[in-house]
Amino acid sequence: MALTLVQKILARAAGRDSVSPGDIVTAQVDLLMAHDSSGPRRWMPHLEALGAPLKDPNKIVIVTDHFVPAVDPQSAAILKTTRDFVKSQGIQHFYDMQGISHIVLPEHGFLKPGMFVCGGDSHSPTGGAFGCYIAGFGYTDMVAIAVTGETWVQVPETIRVNWSGAFGAGVAAKDVMLFLCRELGMDNSFKVVEFGGDMVRAMDMAERMVLTNMAAELGCDTGLIEPDETTLIHIKAHGGAVDGDALSWRSDAGAPYTALHHFDASALEPHVAAPHSPANSAPVTEHSGQSVDQCYIGACTGAKLSDLHMVAEVLKGRCVSPQTRLLVAPASTKTTAAAAADGTLEILTAAGAILLPTGCGACAGMGAGVLADGEICIASINRNFKGRMGHANSQVYLASPYTVAASALAGRIADPRDVL
Amino acid sequence: MARAWVYGDNIDTDALAPGHTLVMPLDEMASHCLEALDPTFAGEVKPGDVFVAGENMGMGSAREVAPSALKHLGVSVVLAKSFARIFYRNAFNVGLPVFFFPQADEIHMGDDLIVDILTGKVHNLTTDKTYHVTPLPPHLAGIIRDGGLIPHLKKKLIKQ
Repeated sequence: MALTLVQKILARAAGRDSVSPGDIVTAQVDLLMAHDSSGPRRWMPHLEALGAPLKDPNKIVIVTDHFVPAVDPQSAAILKTTRDFVKSQGIQHFYDMQGISHIVLPEHGFLKPGMFVCGGDSHSPTGGAFGCYIAGFGYTDMVAIAVTGETWVQVPETIRVNWSGAFGAGVAAKDVMLFLCRELGMDNSFKVVEFGGDMVRAMDMAERMVLTNMAAELGCDTGLIEPDETTLIHIKAHGGAVDGDALSWRSDAGAPYTALHHFDASALEPHVAAPHSPANSAPVTEHSGQSVDQCYIGACTGAKLSDLHMVAEVLKGRCVSPQTRLLVAPASTKTTAAAAADGTLEILTAAGAILLPTGCGACAGMGAGVLADGEICIASINRNFKGRMGHANSQVYLASPYTVAASALAGRIADPRDVL
Repeated sequence: MARAWVYGDNIDTDALAPGHTLVMPLDEMASHCLEALDPTFAGEVKPGDVFVAGENMGMGSAREVAPSALKHLGVSVVLAKSFARIFYRNAFNVGLPVFFFPQADEIHMGDDLIVDILTGKVHNLTTDKTYHVTPLPPHLAGIIRDGGLIPHLKKKLIKQ
Protein backbone atom coordinates (compact mmCIF):
# COMPACT_ATOMS: atom_id res chain seq x y z
CA MET A 1 0.00 0.00 0.00
CA ALA A 2 1.37 3.42 -0.96
CA LEU A 3 1.81 5.68 2.08
CA THR A 4 2.42 9.37 2.62
CA LEU A 5 5.45 10.46 4.64
CA VAL A 6 3.38 11.18 7.75
CA GLN A 7 1.74 7.74 7.56
CA LYS A 8 5.19 6.11 7.41
CA ILE A 9 6.43 8.08 10.41
CA LEU A 10 3.32 7.33 12.48
CA ALA A 11 3.38 3.65 11.50
CA ARG A 12 6.97 3.43 12.71
CA ALA A 13 6.23 5.34 15.91
CA ALA A 14 3.17 3.16 16.60
CA GLY A 15 5.00 -0.08 15.84
CA ARG A 16 2.72 -0.97 12.93
CA ASP A 17 3.31 -1.91 9.32
CA SER A 18 0.89 0.68 8.11
CA VAL A 19 -1.63 3.26 9.32
CA SER A 20 -4.51 5.00 7.56
CA PRO A 21 -5.90 8.53 7.95
CA GLY A 22 -8.42 8.58 10.81
CA ASP A 23 -6.78 5.74 12.76
CA ILE A 24 -6.20 6.52 16.44
CA VAL A 25 -2.80 5.12 17.33
CA THR A 26 -0.44 5.28 20.30
CA ALA A 27 2.93 6.64 19.19
CA GLN A 28 6.24 6.37 21.01
CA VAL A 29 7.79 9.81 21.28
CA ASP A 30 11.41 10.33 20.21
CA LEU A 31 11.91 13.86 21.53
CA LEU A 32 10.04 16.48 23.58
CA MET A 33 10.59 20.22 23.44
CA ALA A 34 9.23 22.59 26.07
CA HIS A 35 9.75 26.29 26.72
CA ASP A 36 9.52 28.58 29.72
CA SER A 37 5.90 29.62 29.14
CA SER A 38 4.23 26.22 28.76
CA GLY A 39 7.03 24.10 30.24
CA PRO A 40 8.32 23.53 33.78
CA ARG A 41 6.14 26.11 35.54
CA ARG A 42 3.03 24.37 34.17
CA TRP A 43 4.47 20.84 34.38
CA MET A 44 5.44 20.95 38.05
CA PRO A 45 1.96 20.90 39.65
CA HIS A 46 0.93 18.05 37.32
CA LEU A 47 4.08 16.03 38.02
CA GLU A 48 3.46 16.50 41.72
CA ALA A 49 -0.14 15.32 41.36
CA LEU A 50 1.00 12.26 39.44
CA GLY A 51 3.90 11.51 41.77
CA ALA A 52 5.69 10.03 38.76
CA PRO A 53 9.19 10.73 37.42
CA LEU A 54 10.16 11.86 33.92
CA LYS A 55 10.55 8.74 31.82
CA ASP A 56 13.74 9.87 30.08
CA PRO A 57 15.20 13.35 30.78
CA ASN A 58 17.62 12.84 27.88
CA LYS A 59 14.75 13.01 25.42
CA ILE A 60 13.67 16.42 26.72
CA VAL A 61 14.93 19.75 25.38
CA ILE A 62 14.06 22.85 27.42
CA VAL A 63 14.40 26.33 25.95
CA THR A 64 13.72 29.72 27.51
CA ASP A 65 12.37 32.03 24.82
CA HIS A 66 9.05 33.59 25.89
CA PHE A 67 9.86 35.58 29.03
CA VAL A 68 13.47 36.37 28.12
CA PRO A 69 15.11 38.46 29.28
CA ALA A 70 13.02 39.01 32.41
CA VAL A 71 11.30 42.39 32.42
CA ASP A 72 9.54 42.21 35.80
CA PRO A 73 9.54 40.06 38.94
CA GLN A 74 6.85 37.74 37.48
CA SER A 75 8.80 36.88 34.35
CA ALA A 76 11.99 36.56 36.40
CA ALA A 77 10.23 34.06 38.67
CA ILE A 78 9.04 32.02 35.67
CA LEU A 79 12.59 31.85 34.34
CA LYS A 80 13.97 30.91 37.76
CA THR A 81 11.38 28.13 38.05
CA THR A 82 12.49 26.84 34.64
CA ARG A 83 16.18 26.86 35.57
CA ASP A 84 15.55 25.23 38.95
CA PHE A 85 13.47 22.49 37.32
CA VAL A 86 16.15 21.72 34.74
CA LYS A 87 18.74 21.41 37.50
CA SER A 88 16.62 19.28 39.81
CA GLN A 89 15.52 16.90 37.02
CA GLY A 90 19.01 16.49 35.58
CA ILE A 91 17.96 17.71 32.12
CA GLN A 92 21.09 18.10 29.98
CA HIS A 93 19.56 19.71 26.91
CA PHE A 94 18.85 23.21 28.23
CA TYR A 95 19.15 26.37 26.12
CA ASP A 96 18.74 29.43 28.30
CA MET A 97 18.08 32.65 26.35
CA GLN A 98 19.85 31.16 23.30
CA GLY A 99 16.98 31.72 20.91
CA ILE A 100 13.47 30.73 19.94
CA SER A 101 12.88 27.02 20.52
CA HIS A 102 11.89 26.23 16.92
CA ILE A 103 15.18 27.70 15.71
CA VAL A 104 17.29 26.28 18.53
CA LEU A 105 16.25 22.65 17.88
CA PRO A 106 17.73 22.44 14.36
CA GLU A 107 20.66 24.70 15.31
CA HIS A 108 21.77 21.89 17.59
CA GLY A 109 21.01 18.99 15.26
CA PHE A 110 18.14 17.54 17.31
CA LEU A 111 15.82 16.86 14.37
CA LYS A 112 16.20 14.20 11.72
CA PRO A 113 13.98 12.52 9.15
CA GLY A 114 11.44 10.00 10.43
CA MET A 115 11.34 11.20 14.04
CA PHE A 116 8.13 11.65 16.04
CA VAL A 117 8.52 14.82 18.09
CA CYS A 118 6.16 16.65 20.46
CA GLY A 119 6.64 20.36 21.09
CA GLY A 120 4.90 22.44 23.72
CA ASP A 121 4.14 25.25 21.27
CA SER A 122 1.92 25.70 18.22
CA HIS A 123 4.82 26.60 15.93
CA SER A 124 6.60 23.32 16.58
CA PRO A 125 5.76 22.29 12.97
CA THR A 126 8.74 24.46 11.95
CA GLY A 127 10.94 21.40 12.47
CA GLY A 128 8.94 19.41 9.91
CA ALA A 129 11.25 20.95 7.30
CA PHE A 130 13.64 18.19 8.37
CA GLY A 131 11.27 15.38 7.33
CA CYS A 132 10.02 14.54 10.81
CA TYR A 133 6.58 14.68 12.43
CA ILE A 134 6.68 17.50 14.95
CA ALA A 135 3.44 18.96 16.24
CA GLY A 136 2.33 21.29 19.01
CA PHE A 137 0.76 20.02 22.22
CA GLY A 138 -0.60 21.68 25.36
CA TYR A 139 1.23 21.27 28.63
CA THR A 140 -0.97 18.57 30.14
CA ASP A 141 -0.37 16.41 27.06
CA MET A 142 3.34 17.20 27.37
CA VAL A 143 3.45 16.11 31.01
CA ALA A 144 1.69 12.85 30.16
CA ILE A 145 4.21 12.30 27.34
CA ALA A 146 7.16 13.16 29.59
CA VAL A 147 5.96 10.56 32.11
CA THR A 148 4.79 7.77 29.78
CA GLY A 149 6.91 8.37 26.66
CA GLU A 150 3.86 8.03 24.41
CA THR A 151 0.69 9.74 23.23
CA TRP A 152 -2.40 9.18 21.11
CA VAL A 153 -2.51 10.53 17.59
CA GLN A 154 -5.23 10.61 15.00
CA VAL A 155 -3.45 9.77 11.76
CA PRO A 156 -3.88 12.89 9.60
CA GLU A 157 -4.70 13.19 5.95
CA THR A 158 -2.01 14.76 3.77
CA ILE A 159 -2.40 17.83 1.56
CA ARG A 160 0.42 18.00 -0.99
CA VAL A 161 1.47 21.42 -2.26
CA ASN A 162 3.96 21.58 -5.13
CA TRP A 163 5.72 24.76 -6.15
CA SER A 164 7.60 25.00 -9.42
CA GLY A 165 9.62 27.83 -10.94
CA ALA A 166 11.71 30.46 -9.20
CA PHE A 167 10.83 33.53 -7.13
CA GLY A 168 11.06 36.95 -8.70
CA ALA A 169 12.98 39.72 -6.91
CA GLY A 170 11.65 40.62 -3.47
CA VAL A 171 9.63 37.40 -3.04
CA ALA A 172 10.31 34.90 -0.26
CA ALA A 173 8.91 31.80 1.47
CA LYS A 174 6.81 34.08 3.68
CA ASP A 175 4.87 35.24 0.62
CA VAL A 176 4.17 31.60 -0.25
CA MET A 177 2.57 31.05 3.15
CA LEU A 178 0.52 34.26 3.17
CA PHE A 179 -0.75 33.24 -0.28
CA LEU A 180 -1.51 29.69 0.92
CA CYS A 181 -3.36 30.87 4.04
CA ARG A 182 -5.76 32.62 1.69
CA GLU A 183 -5.94 29.77 -0.84
CA LEU A 184 -6.22 26.81 1.54
CA GLY A 185 -7.81 28.56 4.53
CA MET A 186 -6.81 28.14 8.15
CA ASP A 187 -9.12 25.28 9.10
CA ASN A 188 -7.08 22.20 8.16
CA SER A 189 -7.10 20.36 11.49
CA PHE A 190 -6.27 16.67 11.51
CA LYS A 191 -4.43 17.15 8.23
CA VAL A 192 -0.78 17.77 7.47
CA VAL A 193 0.67 19.71 4.57
CA GLU A 194 3.60 18.33 2.60
CA PHE A 195 5.58 20.83 0.53
CA GLY A 196 7.44 19.81 -2.61
CA GLY A 197 8.37 20.73 -6.14
CA ASP A 198 11.56 22.12 -7.63
CA MET A 199 11.12 25.54 -5.97
CA VAL A 200 11.08 23.91 -2.53
CA ARG A 201 14.04 21.69 -3.47
CA ALA A 202 15.99 24.82 -4.40
CA MET A 203 15.32 26.46 -1.02
CA ASP A 204 17.81 26.38 1.85
CA MET A 205 16.65 24.99 5.20
CA ALA A 206 15.94 28.44 6.64
CA GLU A 207 13.39 29.22 3.92
CA ARG A 208 11.90 25.71 4.09
CA MET A 209 11.37 26.29 7.82
CA VAL A 210 9.17 29.30 7.01
CA LEU A 211 6.86 26.98 5.02
CA THR A 212 6.55 24.42 7.81
CA ASN A 213 6.40 27.10 10.53
CA MET A 214 3.25 28.55 9.02
CA ALA A 215 1.66 25.13 8.55
CA ALA A 216 0.39 26.17 11.98
CA GLU A 217 -1.52 29.08 10.38
CA LEU A 218 -3.06 26.67 7.87
CA GLY A 219 -4.39 24.87 10.94
CA CYS A 220 -2.48 21.73 9.93
CA ASP A 221 -1.17 19.33 12.58
CA THR A 222 2.23 19.93 11.06
CA GLY A 223 4.04 20.58 7.79
CA LEU A 224 6.58 18.21 6.29
CA ILE A 225 9.25 18.36 3.60
CA GLU A 226 10.80 15.17 2.30
CA PRO A 227 14.52 15.15 3.12
CA ASP A 228 17.17 15.58 0.43
CA GLU A 229 20.90 16.31 0.38
CA THR A 230 20.24 19.90 1.55
CA THR A 231 18.52 18.51 4.64
CA LEU A 232 21.26 16.02 5.47
CA ILE A 233 24.09 18.50 4.94
CA HIS A 234 22.36 20.95 7.29
CA ILE A 235 21.83 18.32 10.00
CA LYS A 236 25.44 17.14 9.87
CA ALA A 237 26.77 20.72 9.87
CA HIS A 238 24.82 21.34 13.08
CA GLY A 239 26.13 18.35 15.00
CA GLY A 240 23.29 15.95 14.22
CA ALA A 241 23.60 12.31 13.26
CA VAL A 242 22.00 11.06 10.04
CA ASP A 243 20.82 7.48 9.60
CA GLY A 244 21.78 5.57 6.45
CA ASP A 245 18.14 5.32 5.41
CA ALA A 246 17.35 9.00 6.06
CA LEU A 247 16.42 9.72 2.44
CA SER A 248 13.87 6.89 2.42
CA TRP A 249 11.55 9.03 4.55
CA ARG A 250 9.40 10.21 1.68
CA SER A 251 5.91 9.65 0.37
CA ASP A 252 5.45 6.70 -1.96
CA ALA A 253 4.51 7.18 -5.58
CA GLY A 254 0.72 7.06 -5.69
CA ALA A 255 0.39 7.97 -1.99
CA PRO A 256 -3.18 8.88 -1.01
CA TYR A 257 -3.15 12.68 -0.84
CA THR A 258 -6.45 14.22 0.18
CA ALA A 259 -5.66 17.20 -2.07
CA LEU A 260 -2.91 18.00 -4.53
CA HIS A 261 -2.05 21.60 -5.48
CA HIS A 262 0.41 23.02 -8.00
CA PHE A 263 1.51 26.63 -7.94
CA ASP A 264 3.97 28.65 -10.01
CA ALA A 265 6.52 30.54 -7.89
CA SER A 266 7.47 32.87 -10.73
CA ALA A 267 3.93 34.29 -10.73
CA LEU A 268 3.90 34.96 -6.98
CA GLU A 269 3.96 38.59 -5.86
CA PRO A 270 5.06 39.92 -2.46
CA HIS A 271 2.06 39.48 -0.16
CA VAL A 272 0.68 41.31 2.85
CA ALA A 273 -1.92 39.94 5.26
CA ALA A 274 -4.11 42.69 6.68
CA PRO A 275 -5.49 42.63 10.24
CA HIS A 276 -6.58 40.37 11.85
CA SER A 277 -5.88 37.14 10.00
CA PRO A 278 -3.01 35.58 8.04
CA ALA A 279 -5.68 34.46 5.54
CA ASN A 280 -6.60 38.09 4.88
CA SER A 281 -3.77 38.37 2.38
CA ALA A 282 -3.33 40.10 -0.96
CA PRO A 283 -0.49 41.32 -3.18
CA VAL A 284 1.41 44.14 -1.45
CA THR A 285 0.18 46.66 -4.03
CA GLU A 286 -3.31 46.46 -2.51
CA HIS A 287 -2.01 47.89 0.77
CA SER A 288 0.78 50.17 -0.51
CA GLY A 289 0.66 53.56 1.16
CA GLN A 290 -0.83 52.37 4.45
CA SER A 291 1.14 54.25 7.14
CA VAL A 292 2.85 52.14 9.81
CA ASP A 293 3.93 53.19 13.31
CA GLN A 294 6.22 50.21 13.71
CA CYS A 295 8.10 47.75 11.51
CA TYR A 296 9.06 44.53 13.29
CA ILE A 297 11.50 41.84 12.27
CA GLY A 298 11.24 38.95 14.68
CA ALA A 299 9.83 35.56 15.70
CA CYS A 300 10.48 31.98 14.63
CA THR A 301 9.12 32.84 11.17
CA GLY A 302 11.07 35.92 10.22
CA ALA A 303 14.27 36.66 12.13
CA LYS A 304 16.77 34.00 11.10
CA LEU A 305 20.06 34.94 9.45
CA SER A 306 18.52 34.59 5.98
CA ASP A 307 15.72 36.96 7.05
CA LEU A 308 18.21 39.54 8.34
CA HIS A 309 20.04 39.23 5.01
CA MET A 310 16.81 40.15 3.19
CA VAL A 311 16.42 43.18 5.44
CA ALA A 312 20.04 44.22 4.86
CA GLU A 313 19.63 43.86 1.10
CA VAL A 314 16.85 46.44 1.23
CA LEU A 315 18.35 48.77 3.85
CA LYS A 316 21.95 48.92 2.65
CA GLY A 317 23.03 52.55 2.32
CA ARG A 318 19.52 53.81 3.17
CA CYS A 319 17.76 55.10 6.29
CA VAL A 320 14.59 54.13 8.13
CA SER A 321 11.90 56.79 7.67
CA PRO A 322 11.42 59.16 10.62
CA GLN A 323 7.69 58.40 10.22
CA THR A 324 8.17 54.91 11.67
CA ARG A 325 10.55 52.72 13.70
CA LEU A 326 12.23 49.44 12.81
CA LEU A 327 12.75 46.89 15.58
CA VAL A 328 14.80 43.74 15.00
CA ALA A 329 14.78 40.78 17.41
CA PRO A 330 17.11 38.09 15.99
CA ALA A 331 15.74 34.55 16.32
CA SER A 332 18.77 33.18 18.17
CA THR A 333 22.08 34.24 19.64
CA LYS A 334 23.78 32.25 16.87
CA THR A 335 21.86 34.40 14.38
CA THR A 336 23.07 37.57 16.11
CA ALA A 337 26.67 36.34 16.18
CA ALA A 338 26.62 35.37 12.50
CA ALA A 339 24.95 38.64 11.52
CA ALA A 340 27.60 40.56 13.49
CA ALA A 341 30.42 38.60 11.86
CA ASP A 342 29.22 39.06 8.27
CA GLY A 343 28.45 42.78 8.56
CA THR A 344 24.65 42.44 8.46
CA LEU A 345 24.10 44.05 11.86
CA GLU A 346 26.21 47.04 10.84
CA ILE A 347 23.99 47.64 7.81
CA LEU A 348 20.86 47.36 9.94
CA THR A 349 22.00 49.64 12.73
CA ALA A 350 23.50 52.18 10.31
CA ALA A 351 20.05 52.40 8.72
CA GLY A 352 18.53 53.13 12.10
CA ALA A 353 17.17 49.71 13.10
CA ILE A 354 16.80 49.14 16.84
CA LEU A 355 18.19 45.79 18.01
CA LEU A 356 16.09 43.91 20.57
CA PRO A 357 16.93 40.84 22.66
CA THR A 358 16.50 37.41 21.13
CA GLY A 359 13.21 35.69 21.98
CA CYS A 360 9.53 35.43 21.06
CA GLY A 361 9.06 38.98 22.32
CA ALA A 362 6.36 41.19 20.87
CA CYS A 363 5.14 38.46 18.51
CA ALA A 364 3.74 36.74 21.59
CA GLY A 365 2.52 40.03 23.05
CA MET A 366 5.23 40.11 25.69
CA GLY A 367 8.60 41.79 26.10
CA ALA A 368 9.96 44.63 24.00
CA GLY A 369 8.07 46.14 21.08
CA VAL A 370 4.40 45.67 21.97
CA LEU A 371 1.86 48.05 20.45
CA ALA A 372 -0.30 50.84 21.89
CA ASP A 373 -4.03 51.47 21.35
CA GLY A 374 -4.56 52.28 17.69
CA GLU A 375 -0.99 51.65 16.55
CA ILE A 376 -0.30 49.94 13.24
CA CYS A 377 2.61 47.57 12.67
CA ILE A 378 3.97 45.56 9.75
CA ALA A 379 5.82 42.48 10.92
CA SER A 380 7.70 39.44 9.65
CA ILE A 381 5.90 37.29 12.26
CA ASN A 382 3.37 34.53 11.59
CA ARG A 383 0.04 35.64 13.03
CA ASN A 384 -1.83 38.90 13.45
CA PHE A 385 -4.85 37.98 15.53
CA LYS A 386 -6.58 40.89 17.23
CA GLY A 387 -4.53 42.05 20.21
CA ARG A 388 -1.79 39.47 19.63
CA MET A 389 1.08 42.02 19.58
CA GLY A 390 -0.14 44.28 22.35
CA HIS A 391 -3.23 46.46 22.77
CA ALA A 392 -6.54 44.93 21.67
CA ASN A 393 -7.03 47.87 19.30
CA SER A 394 -3.63 47.67 17.65
CA GLN A 395 -3.34 46.36 14.09
CA VAL A 396 -0.74 44.09 12.56
CA TYR A 397 0.03 43.50 8.87
CA LEU A 398 2.10 40.40 8.07
CA ALA A 399 4.76 40.41 5.36
CA SER A 400 8.15 39.07 4.35
CA PRO A 401 11.38 40.59 5.70
CA TYR A 402 11.84 42.27 2.29
CA THR A 403 8.45 43.97 2.50
CA VAL A 404 8.85 44.96 6.17
CA ALA A 405 12.23 46.52 5.38
CA ALA A 406 10.90 48.37 2.33
CA SER A 407 8.03 49.66 4.47
CA ALA A 408 10.51 50.84 7.12
CA LEU A 409 12.26 53.00 4.49
CA ALA A 410 8.97 54.51 3.33
CA GLY A 411 7.16 54.83 6.66
CA ARG A 412 4.23 53.14 4.96
CA ILE A 413 3.58 49.75 3.42
CA ALA A 414 5.79 49.56 0.36
CA ASP A 415 6.61 47.13 -2.44
CA PRO A 416 10.17 45.76 -2.03
CA ARG A 417 10.45 45.34 -5.81
CA ASP A 418 10.66 49.15 -6.06
CA VAL A 419 13.84 49.33 -3.97
CA LEU A 420 15.65 46.13 -4.89
CA MET B 1 -30.71 25.12 31.64
CA ALA B 2 -27.76 27.10 30.38
CA ARG B 3 -27.21 30.20 28.35
CA ALA B 4 -25.54 29.98 24.95
CA TRP B 5 -22.64 32.32 24.23
CA VAL B 6 -22.38 32.27 20.45
CA TYR B 7 -19.36 33.45 18.47
CA GLY B 8 -18.10 33.04 14.91
CA ASP B 9 -15.33 31.23 13.09
CA ASN B 10 -11.64 31.20 14.02
CA ILE B 11 -11.88 32.13 17.70
CA ASP B 12 -8.17 32.16 18.53
CA THR B 13 -6.41 31.31 21.77
CA ASP B 14 -4.86 34.79 21.92
CA ALA B 15 -8.43 36.07 22.28
CA LEU B 16 -9.24 33.45 24.93
CA ALA B 17 -6.00 34.00 26.87
CA PRO B 18 -4.21 37.20 25.78
CA GLY B 19 -0.41 37.11 25.79
CA HIS B 20 -0.09 39.84 28.40
CA THR B 21 -2.10 37.71 30.87
CA LEU B 22 0.18 34.67 30.68
CA VAL B 23 2.07 35.74 33.80
CA MET B 24 -1.16 35.96 35.82
CA PRO B 25 -2.79 33.36 38.05
CA LEU B 26 -5.69 31.59 36.28
CA ASP B 27 -8.37 33.51 38.18
CA GLU B 28 -7.02 36.87 37.03
CA MET B 29 -6.22 35.63 33.53
CA ALA B 30 -9.75 34.27 33.06
CA SER B 31 -11.17 37.72 33.77
CA HIS B 32 -9.51 38.82 30.48
CA CYS B 33 -10.91 35.89 28.48
CA LEU B 34 -12.23 37.08 25.09
CA GLU B 35 -11.80 40.76 26.06
CA ALA B 36 -10.67 41.78 22.56
CA LEU B 37 -13.84 40.30 21.01
CA ASP B 38 -16.50 40.65 23.68
CA PRO B 39 -15.53 42.56 26.83
CA THR B 40 -18.78 41.48 28.57
CA PHE B 41 -18.18 37.72 28.30
CA ALA B 42 -15.84 37.06 31.23
CA GLY B 43 -17.92 39.13 33.62
CA GLU B 44 -21.31 37.74 32.67
CA VAL B 45 -20.83 34.06 31.79
CA LYS B 46 -22.34 31.80 34.46
CA PRO B 47 -21.45 28.30 35.65
CA GLY B 48 -23.02 25.74 33.31
CA ASP B 49 -23.21 28.07 30.28
CA VAL B 50 -22.44 26.74 26.81
CA PHE B 51 -19.87 28.22 24.41
CA VAL B 52 -20.87 27.88 20.74
CA ALA B 53 -18.53 28.69 17.86
CA GLY B 54 -18.17 28.18 14.13
CA GLU B 55 -15.23 26.71 12.24
CA ASN B 56 -11.71 26.28 13.63
CA MET B 57 -12.55 26.98 17.27
CA GLY B 58 -9.41 27.58 19.35
CA MET B 59 -6.97 28.20 16.51
CA GLY B 60 -3.53 29.57 17.11
CA SER B 61 -1.25 29.29 20.10
CA ALA B 62 -0.98 25.97 21.97
CA ARG B 63 -1.70 27.75 25.25
CA GLU B 64 -3.78 25.36 27.32
CA VAL B 65 -4.91 28.19 29.57
CA ALA B 66 -7.38 29.05 26.78
CA PRO B 67 -9.73 26.10 27.55
CA SER B 68 -8.73 26.37 31.22
CA ALA B 69 -10.03 29.95 31.28
CA LEU B 70 -13.36 28.87 29.75
CA LYS B 71 -13.68 26.06 32.27
CA HIS B 72 -12.68 28.34 35.13
CA LEU B 73 -15.40 30.82 34.14
CA GLY B 74 -17.93 27.99 34.33
CA VAL B 75 -18.37 27.00 30.68
CA SER B 76 -19.64 23.41 30.83
CA VAL B 77 -19.27 22.40 27.19
CA VAL B 78 -18.11 23.86 23.87
CA LEU B 79 -20.02 23.18 20.65
CA ALA B 80 -18.37 24.15 17.37
CA LYS B 81 -18.49 23.30 13.69
CA SER B 82 -14.81 22.36 13.85
CA PHE B 83 -11.86 22.66 16.21
CA ALA B 84 -8.17 23.40 15.94
CA ARG B 85 -6.37 20.20 16.87
CA ILE B 86 -4.34 21.50 19.84
CA PHE B 87 -7.35 23.24 21.40
CA TYR B 88 -9.41 20.09 20.91
CA ARG B 89 -6.89 17.96 22.80
CA ASN B 90 -6.28 20.62 25.46
CA ALA B 91 -9.98 20.98 26.21
CA PHE B 92 -10.36 17.29 27.04
CA ASN B 93 -7.10 17.32 28.97
CA VAL B 94 -8.40 20.06 31.29
CA GLY B 95 -11.73 18.24 31.62
CA LEU B 96 -13.81 20.50 29.34
CA PRO B 97 -15.92 18.42 26.92
CA VAL B 98 -16.20 19.73 23.37
CA PHE B 99 -18.36 18.43 20.52
CA PHE B 100 -18.44 18.87 16.77
CA PHE B 101 -21.74 20.64 16.13
CA PRO B 102 -22.44 21.37 12.43
CA GLN B 103 -25.70 23.19 13.27
CA ALA B 104 -23.95 25.95 15.27
CA ASP B 105 -25.60 28.60 13.05
CA GLU B 106 -29.01 27.56 14.45
CA ILE B 107 -28.02 28.62 17.96
CA HIS B 108 -28.24 32.32 18.80
CA MET B 109 -26.64 34.41 21.50
CA GLY B 110 -28.63 34.00 24.69
CA ASP B 111 -30.60 30.88 23.67
CA ASP B 112 -31.38 28.50 26.53
CA LEU B 113 -29.77 25.12 26.00
CA ILE B 114 -29.66 21.77 27.71
CA VAL B 115 -26.64 19.68 26.68
CA ASP B 116 -26.36 16.10 27.89
CA ILE B 117 -22.74 15.14 27.34
CA LEU B 118 -23.40 11.47 28.04
CA THR B 119 -26.20 10.95 25.51
CA GLY B 120 -25.02 13.69 23.12
CA LYS B 121 -28.46 15.34 23.12
CA VAL B 122 -28.58 19.12 22.64
CA HIS B 123 -31.97 20.73 23.30
CA ASN B 124 -32.45 24.38 22.35
CA LEU B 125 -35.34 25.44 24.60
CA THR B 126 -35.60 28.83 22.90
CA THR B 127 -36.30 27.34 19.46
CA ASP B 128 -37.50 23.97 20.79
CA LYS B 129 -35.15 22.12 18.47
CA THR B 130 -33.28 18.98 19.45
CA TYR B 131 -29.95 17.82 18.03
CA HIS B 132 -27.81 14.75 18.50
CA VAL B 133 -24.03 15.15 18.43
CA THR B 134 -21.60 12.34 17.69
CA PRO B 135 -20.65 10.82 21.05
CA LEU B 136 -17.07 11.09 22.25
CA PRO B 137 -14.68 8.36 21.13
CA PRO B 138 -13.67 6.02 23.99
CA HIS B 139 -10.15 7.44 24.50
CA LEU B 140 -11.63 10.92 25.06
CA ALA B 141 -14.75 9.86 26.96
CA GLY B 142 -12.47 8.20 29.53
CA ILE B 143 -10.52 11.42 30.05
CA ILE B 144 -13.74 13.43 30.61
CA ARG B 145 -15.16 10.77 32.94
CA ASP B 146 -12.05 11.02 35.11
CA GLY B 147 -12.08 14.84 35.13
CA GLY B 148 -9.14 15.45 32.81
CA LEU B 149 -5.95 13.81 31.58
CA ILE B 150 -3.96 14.05 34.82
CA PRO B 151 -6.53 12.26 37.04
CA HIS B 152 -7.11 9.81 34.15
CA LEU B 153 -3.40 9.07 33.90
CA LYS B 154 -3.03 8.85 37.67
CA LYS B 155 -5.71 6.16 37.76
CA LYS B 156 -3.88 4.23 35.04
CA LEU B 157 -0.51 4.56 36.80
CA ILE B 158 -2.00 3.30 40.09
CA LYS B 159 -3.48 0.27 38.29
CA GLN B 160 -0.07 -0.56 36.88
